Amino acid sequence: MKVTFPHMGNLHIVAKALLEYLDVPVVVPPPISKRTLALGLSHSPEFACIPLKINMGNFVEAAELGADTIVMAGGVGPCRFGYYAQVEREILKDLGYNYQMIVVEPPDTHWSEVKEKIKLISQGKPWWQITGAIKFAWLKARAIDIVEQKVQKIRARELVKGNADTVYRQALENIDMARDKQGVLKARDKALANLDDIPIDKDKTVLKVAVIGEIYTILEPYVNQNIEMHLGRLGVEVSRSIYLSEWINDHLFMKIIPIRSTKDYIKMAPPYLGHFVGGHGQETVGSAVKYSRTGFDGAIQLAPLTCMPEIVAQSILPVVSKKENFPIMTIYFDEQTGEAGMLTRLEAFIDLLERRVDLKRSKDNEWIFGN
Amino acid sequence: MNTKTVGIPQAMLYYYYHYLWKSFFERLGLEVKFSGETNKHILNAGISSAVDEACLPVKVFYGHVQELAEKVDFLFLPRVVSTEKKEYMCPKLLGLPDMIKASLAPQTVLIDVNINMRNKNSTMKNALGEVAEIIGVSHKKALAAWRWAEKKQEEYQSNLVLGNLPFGHENKNSAYQIALLGHGYNIFDNYINMNLIEKLQLMGADIKTKEMVSHELIEKHASSLPKKMFWTFGKQLLGSGLYYLNNPEIKGIIFLASFGCGPDSLVGELLERWAKRGGQKPFMIITIDEHTGEAGLVTRIEAFMDMIKRKVS
Repeated sequence: MKVTFPHMGNLHIVAKALLEYLDVPVVVPPPISKRTLALGLSHSPEFACIPLKINMGNFVEAAELGADTIVMAGGVGPCRFGYYAQVEREILKDLGYNYQMIVVEPPDTHWSEVKEKIKLISQGKPWWQITGAIKFAWLKARAIDIVEQKVQKIRARELVKGNADTVYRQALENIDMARDKQGVLKARDKALANLDDIPIDKDKTVLKVAVIGEIYTILEPYVNQNIEMHLGRLGVEVSRSIYLSEWINDHLFMKIIPIRSTKDYIKMAPPYLGHFVGGHGQETVGSAVKYSRTGFDGAIQLAPLTCMPEIVAQSILPVVSKKENFPIMTIYFDEQTGEAGMLTRLEAFIDLLERRVDLKRSKDNEWIFGN
Repeated sequence: MNTKTVGIPQAMLYYYYHYLWKSFFERLGLEVKFSGETNKHILNAGISSAVDEACLPVKVFYGHVQELAEKVDFLFLPRVVSTEKKEYMCPKLLGLPDMIKASLAPQTVLIDVNINMRNKNSTMKNALGEVAEIIGVSHKKALAAWRWAEKKQEEYQSNLVLGNLPFGHENKNSAYQIALLGHGYNIFDNYINMNLIEKLQLMGADIKTKEMVSHELIEKHASSLPKKMFWTFGKQLLGSGLYYLNNPEIKGIIFLASFGCGPDSLVGELLERWAKRGGQKPFMIITIDEHTGEAGLVTRIEAFMDMIKRKVS
């Protein structure tokens, strides 16, 4: 058995850590490239959302490297993702791939089934080893997110553009290579120290922009055309509405670890959106409200083209924007990979945010100068 | 005292439950006003008020709401989350009342109750109670009216299972039975699908829809799937699709999808793959959007029907 899984941002580092700890042979799909996309497009339904198409590319490329088993997440709807694996299995079958597909359905509905799937993937490893693997993978997930959150701050302020990204890339590699707990913590701390050493403009006033929306598009830089890096280089400090470790804690650990939770957004979504709509649609609306009240200058909603829950959120966000006095822009992503269009939109959005800040400042100063 | 009117947009779930809803409200002494068939004016109003990325039926729905608003005392705008155990409607139907409120802010009294039958013990009781409060009748009366309306709906649906087409379409018997699969609001909205049923009938097709397959048969075929299909309409499409695929009387299948429909993108793909395996049955997907060029559609269905006729004879 050689196990593979789809890419989503840095998920591969975490999934690989988990599986290798269980001595399960792993094939990480090659990094997403034009070829991945082309393969995915040619084998996927035209109107499926982009994650499915990239998944297909990942699976075909992993098969070329000898993978024979796919581990995939499931879902109970109403977001399309819950049925992804079923469609992917049929496509792979028609293409002649002999993949075994292990679909892990959400634990809140079928715990016994989850246990069975874990036994299957780990080939009957004892529970103490499985627990150890989960802890080790979690450690890596959290380390990556802590480093990345710092990168998001430094990018906006560094004197030489690109320094933070160099440290970040090295950190990902070091965390990926770490073989034990000490190794992960060492890699994390080294990265944080290196980030502290980057010369920055301490007095710079930076705009704070939240990236909100659908999780895959937020976490996968190939799909979102590296939007966070671009924002950083335009001098914007970015916060994401969701990080991988938060998702893991919310959905797999039942929130036992006291870190920020996307469940808090749900409380802030009414009266704008008073009901769950699948995926993270309600969280998107709630996160916009939350960011608007916590000192952010604006938000950008990211989603795959035709994403149903995010279309619901997008339809409602103009009201949030107006009532909370908070600029929000929506960007959809599909297989088009031209960056220039997105950059122009980002620049225009940032210009708008800057003008608002200037306007507010001059209003605040009015009484001093007596106009 | 004047009879109060309740407006029901003639779009989306209207195509499934209009009989149920009309019977219910009329039983309670209200006058029911539908927004009428989709037309250019309604579609344009919808297109200009909904977000570009929304699917065609949602845009159409926006148009119908504007057609009714301010002409009625109540606007029926329920949030239909689920109508069957462990199943869902699509996300946009779950968010529809909030979407409408956000962009159209209708000034009419909204009957915007949540209908959710997803869990084991869910009932219509709460929703009916809320409806009763909004329109000012007793809970008991609402419950009784609902029971009565449910019977009417059952009668209506069993008439469809007998093989009758709804919404005034006449049945045309012929040697070329064609399954026309898709959401009711695409199949039966003659404006957005450019009279597809009539066009196919004129070319000699005997139209079969998912509504003609009994609940039991749909469940039987859908239960053969490796994983439960969680969208109710998706389940109906896959279940009836599998039934028609295995029915030798059916000479071909046309899947009518709307652009931007999430469930259609996966359900259509699955059906197409199953139909193609082993060259089982001619299968065609037609995707409709707000463009209304008829020529392309006519060419495609003509070619499809020609092929079927050649294959059969």
